[in-house]
Amino acid sequence: MSSEVMSSLKKDYIYNLMLKGKREDGRSFDEYRNITIQTHVIDKAEGSAKVCIGDTQVLVGVKLQVGAPFPDSPDEGVIITNLEMNPIASPDFEAGPPKEDAIEMARVTDRGIRESGAIDLNKLCITEGEEVWIVFIDVHILNDDGNLQDASALGAIAALMTAKIPAERAGKGEDMMMPIRDIPVGVTVVDIGGELMLDPGLAEETVADSKLTIASNQNGSISAMQKTGEGMLTSEQLLKAVDMACAKAEEIREKYLLSI
Amino acid sequence: MANKPEKFIDENGLRLDGRAVDEIRPMTIEIGVLSRADGSCYLEWGKNKILAAVYGPRELHPRRMQKPDEAIVRYRYNMAAFSVEDRARPGPSRRSIEISKVSRDAFAPIVMTKYYPSAVIDVFAEVLQADAGTRTAAINAASIALADAGIPMKGLISACAVGKVDGQLVLDLNKDEDNYGNADLPVAMTQDGEISLLQMDGNLTKEEFKKALEMATEGCRQILEIQKEALKKKFASREEVVESLIEVDDIKLEEIQDEIEIIEEDLEACDFEEEEGIEVIVVKTDVSEPADETSEEEFTEFTDNEDSEIDETEDSEEEKVGE
Repeated sequence: MSSEVMSSLKKDYIYNLMLKGKREDGRSFDEYRNITIQTHVIDKAEGSAKVCIGDTQVLVGVKLQVGAPFPDSPDEGVIITNLEMNPIASPDFEAGPPKEDAIEMARVTDRGIRESGAIDLNKLCITEGEEVWIVFIDVHILNDDGNLQDASALGAIAALMTAKIPAERAGKGEDMMMPIRDIPVGVTVVDIGGELMLDPGLAEETVADSKLTIASNQNGSISAMQKTGEGMLTSEQLLKAVDMACAKAEEIREKYLLSI
Repeated sequence: MANKPEKFIDENGLRLDGRAVDEIRPMTIEIGVLSRADGSCYLEWGKNKILAAVYGPRELHPRRMQKPDEAIVRYRYNMAAFSVEDRARPGPSRRSIEISKVSRDAFAPIVMTKYYPSAVIDVFAEVLQADAGTRTAAINAASIALADAGIPMKGLISACAVGKVDGQLVLDLNKDEDNYGNADLPVAMTQDGEISLLQMDGNLTKEEFKKALEMATEGCRQILEIQKEALKKKFASREEVVESLIEVDDIKLEEIQDEIEIIEEDLEACDFEEEEGIEVIVVKTDVSEPADETSEEEFTEFTDNEDSEIDETEDSEEEKVGE
């Protein structure tokens, strides 16, 4: 993701700061950078949101199309999540088909939405077994300054919450809002030298031993998790990370999402 | 596809396939099943059939992918088209790319890549028949294949999943439990219980997650025993192991010879005043001889004798250093 080459000096610097309980930009370990969410940024999209976490910028657009359901769920709509790490967003990104990082991030974002039951998929059924709404969630990374995963998840749910189903345009009855049942929030915890931190900046993300993304729901239960990176985590760390992530998810939901 | 069963756990607390909630499916492991691979393993776990192979360490192309200070590990999880009910489209899918990535990361903490700069260690895991839990089954097989290939590792990786059906946590999901269950939590860990892979989807409360993690740890411990047993069965009293030890000794020998030269130079430069001896321990192994007969050690002393020299006989059993 970020540059493979990171001087060991920088690594030492971040590690030594961590030992003193500090971070590069003066945040506490469980503090996010400044979050802003703008919705309705793209008129052509059925739903859209631009999320900034610090200097990280992500734009998410939701488009809807009528299509065929999957055979094993004939009365449910379909969610398709795609994420593009555009070369515009970082000197480390290259054009071309999505690489494994992008695929993983898209799938983790997708799981957070899907597994939480955020969208009432039954309401997206038009004719059982024949026609359903297909929800395309397209995540466009605009600037990578770390923690793209949380920005993507946040953008996805924010864009969905503003999405309007264009039924009239498609000749399928009246327009309606996206049937949202839950508001999952993904929070990434990084392990740097055994210490857990939220919202890693680019440098922190690069030196982190491993990352754990946890998506949690309004009732505090967990709907998706993913460990990324080459390090290991102990059970104690995992349980602590879950507590940190769920608490922060609650905070973010209240502050930024419920008002949408 | 089969219809959803009414109940997943009967009144006796047993699951549809007769297992207890904390019981894993039977697992069998065969080692060294592919002659061309450097290491291989065939693993059956319930109805899962997995073939894992390791090639390498070998030269990595393209060269720009090489890491000058360590080997890279590549992991390819692949499903055979016929491995599932509805034919899977051949080639990498987004799912298999993700699984390959997290599985590779799962092995990163234990594979000692520093021994093979610029090289690549390729791990291939082929799912021949899938029946829930293929990524964990593949990791268990790959772990054994790596050991079979003789790749230096800090330990084995064991993996299993915990899920939730009928609101109850169960270890090692079967197909129906996977399809209709409420949660799936695949975990891989080292023998010390440190977690190197963790994914989850579905719905778990914090308390359930804690319990699930404990169950997964216990499951991995059981699998580790099966893996160790398979390795012991295969490799106990194998001459291969002995031979590989001889190779290592040969490398050491070269280093020792280099050191002897340095000592010799030092000695020439030194003027000993007291009868203080320097002990030099030299182990020479003769490749033509079995290793256990070659572990003799020769202790010799350097003194301030002027005629210090080195007796070196190319094919002798021991190297004598002294005067």
